[in-house]
Amino acid sequence: MRISRRDAIRVGLGGMAALALPGAGMAATVEELTAAFTGGATAGEGGITLTAPEIAENGNTVPVEVNAPGATAIMLLATGNPEPAVATFTFGPAAGSQRAATRIRLAKTQDVIAMAKMADGSIVQASATIKVTIGGCGG
Amino acid sequence: MITRREFLQAGMAASAIVGASGLGNWSRLAAQQALTQDQLLQFDDFGNLTLIHITDIHAQLKPVWFREPEWNIGVGEAKGRPPHVVGRAFQEMFGIAPGSPEAYALTHEDFAALGKTYGRMGGMDRVATVVKAIRAARPDSILLDGGDTWQGSYTSLMTKGQDCVNVMNALGVEAMTSHWEWTYGTGRVKEIVETQLNFPFLGANIFDVEWDEPAFEPYRIFEKAGLRIAVIGQAFPYMPIANPGWMFPEYSFGIREERMQEVVDEVRAAGVDLVVCLSHNGFDVDRKMAGRVKGIDVILSGHTHDAVPEPILVGDTILIASGSHGKFVSRVDLDVRDGRMMGFRHKLIPIFSDVIAPDPDMAALIDAERAPFRAELEEKIGTTESLLYRRGNFQGTWDDLICDAIRNERDAQIALSPGVRWGASLLPGDAITREDIHNVTSMTYGACYRTEMTGETLKTILEDVADNIFNPDPYYQQGGDMVRVGGMAFTCDVSQPIGSRIGAMTLTDTGEAIDAAKTYTVAGWASVNEGTEGPQIWDVVEAHVRKLGTVSLSPNTSVSVTGL
Repeated sequence: MRISRRDAIRVGLGGMAALALPGAGMAATVEELTAAFTGGATAGEGGITLTAPEIAENGNTVPVEVNAPGATAIMLLATGNPEPAVATFTFGPAAGSQRAATRIRLAKTQDVIAMAKMADGSIVQASATIKVTIGGCGG
Repeated sequence: MITRREFLQAGMAASAIVGASGLGNWSRLAAQQALTQDQLLQFDDFGNLTLIHITDIHAQLKPVWFREPEWNIGVGEAKGRPPHVVGRAFQEMFGIAPGSPEAYALTHEDFAALGKTYGRMGGMDRVATVVKAIRAARPDSILLDGGDTWQGSYTSLMTKGQDCVNVMNALGVEAMTSHWEWTYGTGRVKEIVETQLNFPFLGANIFDVEWDEPAFEPYRIFEKAGLRIAVIGQAFPYMPIANPGWMFPEYSFGIREERMQEVVDEVRAAGVDLVVCLSHNGFDVDRKMAGRVKGIDVILSGHTHDAVPEPILVGDTILIASGSHGKFVSRVDLDVRDGRMMGFRHKLIPIFSDVIAPDPDMAALIDAERAPFRAELEEKIGTTESLLYRRGNFQGTWDDLICDAIRNERDAQIALSPGVRWGASLLPGDAITREDIHNVTSMTYGACYRTEMTGETLKTILEDVADNIFNPDPYYQQGGDMVRVGGMAFTCDVSQPIGSRIGAMTLTDTGEAIDAAKTYTVAGWASVNEGTEGPQIWDVVEAHVRKLGTVSLSPNTSVSVTGL
């Protein structure tokens, strides 16, 4: 049985929340972040690949990669985190590829969303459910 | 491309054992006269290449009893499909007569009675006889081991897997993949791979944590019968989650479907004639992967210990599941021409240890490996009047005994025992030796901890483990069984999502409902946390069995399952 990690995550988040409170106020919601990124355009599918583990080996550092050929910007959201905004990557005209990889911290099992803005202003999106588990009984 | 008729002809029909239509009333002698090694090995050669698959041996070098599951619940698309069919339904699906040798080998029905009739199964010396016979008939063959080979016995624990490595080298395995191997730690795995193994240790999905780059040989290309055959390894995807990640912190695993596609494309581009995936994904994960990754001809599936008597077709891919604990060897004959698999013939060969003659060289090697430990292995600790088994989605009788031992020896209200799928069975009347206890407990992280947990934490644990088994998406299933409990009852509705499956948690001693806010004393074993303290679980069980003398378990009704 592994319970300490989840407890550790809870404790960690408690600490983060306390630090964040005196700041700018509430985190932007997934809807607000999406609206700001898309400018109200409806997101399509295809043309974007989000690669992530099905089950996180360590919820504190989960590798994710997004590839969206032709994108000018890619936004990553962790929908179940207290602060859903993970990162927005922008690509200039000289970029050789439009791909971004990073590691993110996930508070619990949740959907991670990747959105790409194309040169013509259209939006595509992909999502993946990443499970954060206490594990320990498989075999 | 694949002719379904070919494989139907070659399924259980071909392995049908003459005269095996009794109802389990045969004498042992009559049964063994009816079974012959020639019948078990009978196979009409087909095509130009043979794959030989063994998997999940769990260090069982000698023949064992192993009762197949009474519970193997399928959810989502897997519901009602093999391997999620058990008992009589399984027998009907595959045309197996009740009481027949196949019924004994493949289902749990009448296990104790049939066990006395047909005898133990497996033994790597018998497996060696079968492998040699297949190789004699088919020089163009490849012997592949699906992993979970080095762990599961007293001698493997004492030698850190060396006994199994020596046996597999002698057997002439040509490639393997891995899971419990990693519980000896990175250092030991690397030592074996780099200095001991005569064959590659494959894992396309084993990555370096720091750089997120492939860390082990992903595949090996074999040249046989004028063909080039790629064998791609897929290690157990949930290594650091299901087992202690601190023992191999350098590596990351995962299904990595896109990586598998990339490797398949790479070997196809290199012009191979056949692509084989030697997998430790578990059957449902392999079935899903077969439908999504294009270009794999054969998946040799391991991890979930399923013995499926016929290949399962997914598009143009065939899935072969070869059981566990040395009970079966799969022979798969393939017709490979013009860079394509044109057809196949398959047999799941049951290793009846009283029928198949031991290979003398292998028998001598196994005896030599065991010799230094013989006195410890054979010491009788007690006797059992009950059938002791583990395999099944919920509570096995071995776990009932282990949970009783934990509660008594560690003075806890509640005992937890991991739902691993390994562990040999014992028949009523059998002695319980130290070796038998190790066969169901042996591991490198066996400390029996004692702690306190709230009712809420207990619920979280049960929900979490249940979701690892009953999540309808196979990619979220880790392939173990439900955590076993002692001193506690609960209900499990397998059709519900996480958080809603577990209910009616009560203490069995008093009938009192478990309160989310209250704290309970809990003891268990196989914690994945580093620094877990407590006596080793096999010592806890041994102390308990010694006090009992004779084990007699009453039926366990503490778990009730709904939503089927």
